[in-house]
Amino acid sequence: MNHWIGNNILTFLIFAPLFWGLLLLALPNKLSLFTKYLALIGSLGIFVIAAMRLLPLEPNNEGVMFSELAPMFTLLNIPVEYHLSLDGLNLWLVLLTAFLVPISIAGAWNSVKDRSGSFFALFILLECAMLGALLARDLFLFYIFWEAMLIPMYFLIGVWGGPERKYAANKFMIFTLAGSLLWLVALLYLAVNAQSFSPGDMAQKVINMPFSAQCWLYLAFALAFAIKVPLFPLHTWLPDAHTEAPTAGSAILAGVLLKMGGYGFLRFAIPILPAAALHYAKHFAILALIAIIYGALVAMAQKDIKKLVAYSSVSHMGFVMLGIASFTVIGAQGAMMQMLSHGVSTGALFLLVGMLYDRAHTRMITDFGGVASRMPIFTFFFIVVTLSSIGLPLTNGFIGEFLVLNGTFVSGFSWGRVVAVIASSGILLGAVYMLWMVKRVFWGPENASPGSGTAHLTADLNVREIAVMTPLVVLIFWMGLHHITFTGASEPCVTRLLEDAEAPPPARALFFNTPDQTQKDTQQDTQQDTQQGAQ
Amino acid sequence: MSDIYYWMIPLLPLLGAAINGLLGKRFGKTFTSAVALGSVLGSLVLAIIAFVLMKAAPGQRLEICADTWINAGSLSVPFGLVFDPLSGLMSLVVTGIGFLIHIYSVGYMGKEEGYARYFSYLNLFIFFMLTLVLGSSLPLVFVGWEGVGLCSYLLIGYYYKTDYAPGAGLKAFLTNRVGDLGMVIGMMTLFAAFGTLTIGDILVHAGGLSPEAGFGVLTFATLMVFIGAAGKSAQIPLYIWLPDAMAGPTPVSALIHAATMVTSGIVLLCRLAPLFQLAPITMNAVAWVGAATAIFAATIGLLQRDIKKVLAYSTVSQLGYMFLGLGAAGFAAGFFHVFTHAWFKALLFLGAGSVITAMHHEQDLFKMGGLKEKMPITFWTMLIATLCIIGFPGTSGFASKDEILYLAFLKSPVLWVIGVLGACCTAFYMLRLLTLAFWGKPRDIHAFRHARESHATMTAPLVVLAVGSILAVGLGWPEAFGGSFAIGKFLSPSIAHGQIDAHAAHHGSHGLAWGLALISTIIVLGAAWFGWKTYKDGLTIAEARASRMSGLHKILFNKYYVDEAIERLILAPVRCFGQFLFKRVDVTVIDGVGINLPAALTRMAGDFVTLLQTGRVRNYILTMGLGTAALIWLFLK
Repeated sequence: MNHWIGNNILTFLIFAPLFWGLLLLALPNKLSLFTKYLALIGSLGIFVIAAMRLLPLEPNNEGVMFSELAPMFTLLNIPVEYHLSLDGLNLWLVLLTAFLVPISIAGAWNSVKDRSGSFFALFILLECAMLGALLARDLFLFYIFWEAMLIPMYFLIGVWGGPERKYAANKFMIFTLAGSLLWLVALLYLAVNAQSFSPGDMAQKVINMPFSAQCWLYLAFALAFAIKVPLFPLHTWLPDAHTEAPTAGSAILAGVLLKMGGYGFLRFAIPILPAAALHYAKHFAILALIAIIYGALVAMAQKDIKKLVAYSSVSHMGFVMLGIASFTVIGAQGAMMQMLSHGVSTGALFLLVGMLYDRAHTRMITDFGGVASRMPIFTFFFIVVTLSSIGLPLTNGFIGEFLVLNGTFVSGFSWGRVVAVIASSGILLGAVYMLWMVKRVFWGPENASPGSGTAHLTADLNVREIAVMTPLVVLIFWMGLHHITFTGASEPCVTRLLEDAEAPPPARALFFNTPDQTQKDTQQDTQQDTQQGAQ
Repeated sequence: MSDIYYWMIPLLPLLGAAINGLLGKRFGKTFTSAVALGSVLGSLVLAIIAFVLMKAAPGQRLEICADTWINAGSLSVPFGLVFDPLSGLMSLVVTGIGFLIHIYSVGYMGKEEGYARYFSYLNLFIFFMLTLVLGSSLPLVFVGWEGVGLCSYLLIGYYYKTDYAPGAGLKAFLTNRVGDLGMVIGMMTLFAAFGTLTIGDILVHAGGLSPEAGFGVLTFATLMVFIGAAGKSAQIPLYIWLPDAMAGPTPVSALIHAATMVTSGIVLLCRLAPLFQLAPITMNAVAWVGAATAIFAATIGLLQRDIKKVLAYSTVSQLGYMFLGLGAAGFAAGFFHVFTHAWFKALLFLGAGSVITAMHHEQDLFKMGGLKEKMPITFWTMLIATLCIIGFPGTSGFASKDEILYLAFLKSPVLWVIGVLGACCTAFYMLRLLTLAFWGKPRDIHAFRHARESHATMTAPLVVLAVGSILAVGLGWPEAFGGSFAIGKFLSPSIAHGQIDAHAAHHGSHGLAWGLALISTIIVLGAAWFGWKTYKDGLTIAEARASRMSGLHKILFNKYYVDEAIERLILAPVRCFGQFLFKRVDVTVIDGVGINLPAALTRMAGDFVTLLQTGRVRNYILTMGLGTAALIWLFLK
């Protein structure tokens, strides 16, 4: 058994949650009280196995640490492969996912009262889809997992959400689905042309396509990914989904699901369509810049703490997009770092807001005031996470933003310097909306009106809640002090990716060289052919 | 001394902060005080040893590198410390004065709740301040830079249950962040220009540049760094946070908002002195902003009633002098004023704290009076500090300020005139403060009756600081008056960095120096006498004069309405804009027109098509017939 897991660790990571989730779903109602214990144990087990198995892996010459490849079936005569692979680009996103699932489950331990069995089962199924999407290399497989993520999330929001849950769930579903349908068309077009769902083959085919076609294809890819990020002006599903989703749902939505967008750009959109990606870098950088500032300004106008945190995500994820659009190693590494650190700190913020809501049954800023005198431990955690969110040096938030800004500044694009300088105002604006909220909620005299939120705060954090928050705080400082632990692995991948993207066509697509020898050979052949042709 | 001991200098206070933060509440006040004082004393001792070793080291410079902190692509930043004359002296100031203020705090904060929290923050501050001073690269300096801002935020908001303190803390943090933005942009520019962010490397590269080569880049980068410095060191227009910062406990005002943190802008500029020397436009900006701040804040200080507010505006004004010195290419002179000011301004704040405690937390000068006999130690030490700050001949303040004014004159006589006018205001408001507090009849009999000299933990630091204020003069008695300005030579390895002689060459003659000093001294002493005379018999003379010049009085008393203007012109519009973006753009345009409208149209279309599904056969036959007819027409056309 142990041997089997070792040889098929990626498959295990995807299918263990699937079976565990289905098992939990099948539990008789009488036992549903135990579901959360089983869900926690299962997800913790998966995390431990993932950490123990994945961290010792060493990358091979191509940067791949582990891959599994098997033919699955053919679709329109195009082979679909069961191709999973782990490299520096997804290693820490996989670990982050496996880490945040048990954290979120434990954080929302008592928040879900109704039908809690199905809730936790769906949560585990969501983990399956997320890990699948992160590990899949075959685009058809990726598409399936990508869409599969929507299903559990739709129910988590629609069934266990707040008062506006139906609107939020539908909006979330239709918004993301609309984006991915166009992408599916582009995907099928590429697949038919390349007679393969492998991104390497597609990239090979794209080289000879007319530039306008590449641009349309890229825009279709980018639409799907940008909605997930979300990039301005495609972000409006996010505040509703975040605000209405139950605590654990918000945490995982911010922690992992948004990262799929940025990951999609780095893994598929840019390597397959590098010329178009370079062409549109400017447009995406400007949208990212707008997102950074717009998200912050709108966050300032929020009355609901959770919605404020949701809009802060728009601003923070703008930095991710800016880093990707900078086409520099520094910027892209900054984007990777920002994705991980946003996952930790915004996930933590949503959990904290949930803890407050569980006690006070309100999230309106004006209902609070003087929370610090009632809940000192909670205040401590909230302040630390806030500091990480506003990017104080020595916390994780600083590294990502600092790298993205520097990468953009030195990008060599004509717009790079101006955009970097303007984007740095996000650092100021972030402090404005977060600390202003902190001031109104935590400091000052206690809100004395009888129905206020502060009046309901009778108990500080309990042991379980402290246990949930402590690892997050440790991560915040770990990432801030030694981010190389988390981004060291992705640096070679990102470097190669960008070198390939910016190289002239014959040298391109090296990024896809996988242990799959035949594919590699054909690529080299093609390259030689092209080079000879050029000579 | 092995590397680990150098790292202990900043890390000991961090350890103290962690212990007190986690355990202090449980183990009581004695434990808390022991941990807090012990950790700062430890790093003071280590800093002294390191200082001695540095003096003996080749090039008077020690650089210690540990692990890599940031690394991505070509951007690499190590955890590294630099011990050179500048950082060595500054770390002595931070730990030395920091230690004294820790002692004072034991007495001052003894009855407050949250004792452990207070000392935890204070230790954390020492950690970040030492990081700022010792950091070998700009990002590491920035760690300290933002960190001291955080501690300042936490300590200003120490009385977090009050209405005003959290707001003051927020204002301080956000104003500082405006400056920090400049720092970040400056760092990006320097990284793009030099490919490194290590200060030593940047300076080496900058020394190799010809003045023309990187002129634009250097000017931009140094201006941005100066914005950062202006934020932290409270220069126009970013000074607005410092007076409000007085909401924090008084020892905090002394340590953070007078002696150390607010001078970090000057320290940073000294660290980057060779870079600034290459950017004359920036140097002019530094000098003029400094001069403007010096006079502007001094005029506001003339009429404040809160004893701490007077001192706060005085600090802003003195920081302006420091920048004036830097801008006049007198980096050593500017830093010398940092050094002397640290002693006497810390002393003034602690003295004020002693008065405030004695008066049962009364801070209004108009309610004090006659405390001279009741609080002799406080009075005499504060008198010494006052003589220093107004620049009484022979004091440390005289030496440092005179050097600055002399260099300012060489740059532009207008700067000198502004500087002297500022000094004149300083003399007036300081004597006003002293007279209102200690001379005349008590104006609040009840509080006066209970007033008595403070406890030894509070007076002992006062005495030490007073001695320090006097002795500080020895470090830099100007050459014109027979001294050697030792600090200039001492700092030259840091500031000149082997390439450029940053300490301005003395073009002028000693005769000029004597003449200028004589004029300014006469003016200052006149202003001081005027201040004493106006207030020595109570408030009658001042009130009569105020009613005669009520317009000017109102403007000054209300601090030129700067806060109000910023609220109306910047903050309110930004808030409105945020509301507008949310309500109009997000909700109405994107969600309404972009999302919900198509959704509604789709639903309407669906509803419309539903109408056709009537279920009546004759309707279907009619549709079929019409359709067939249309098709036939299309084909036969």
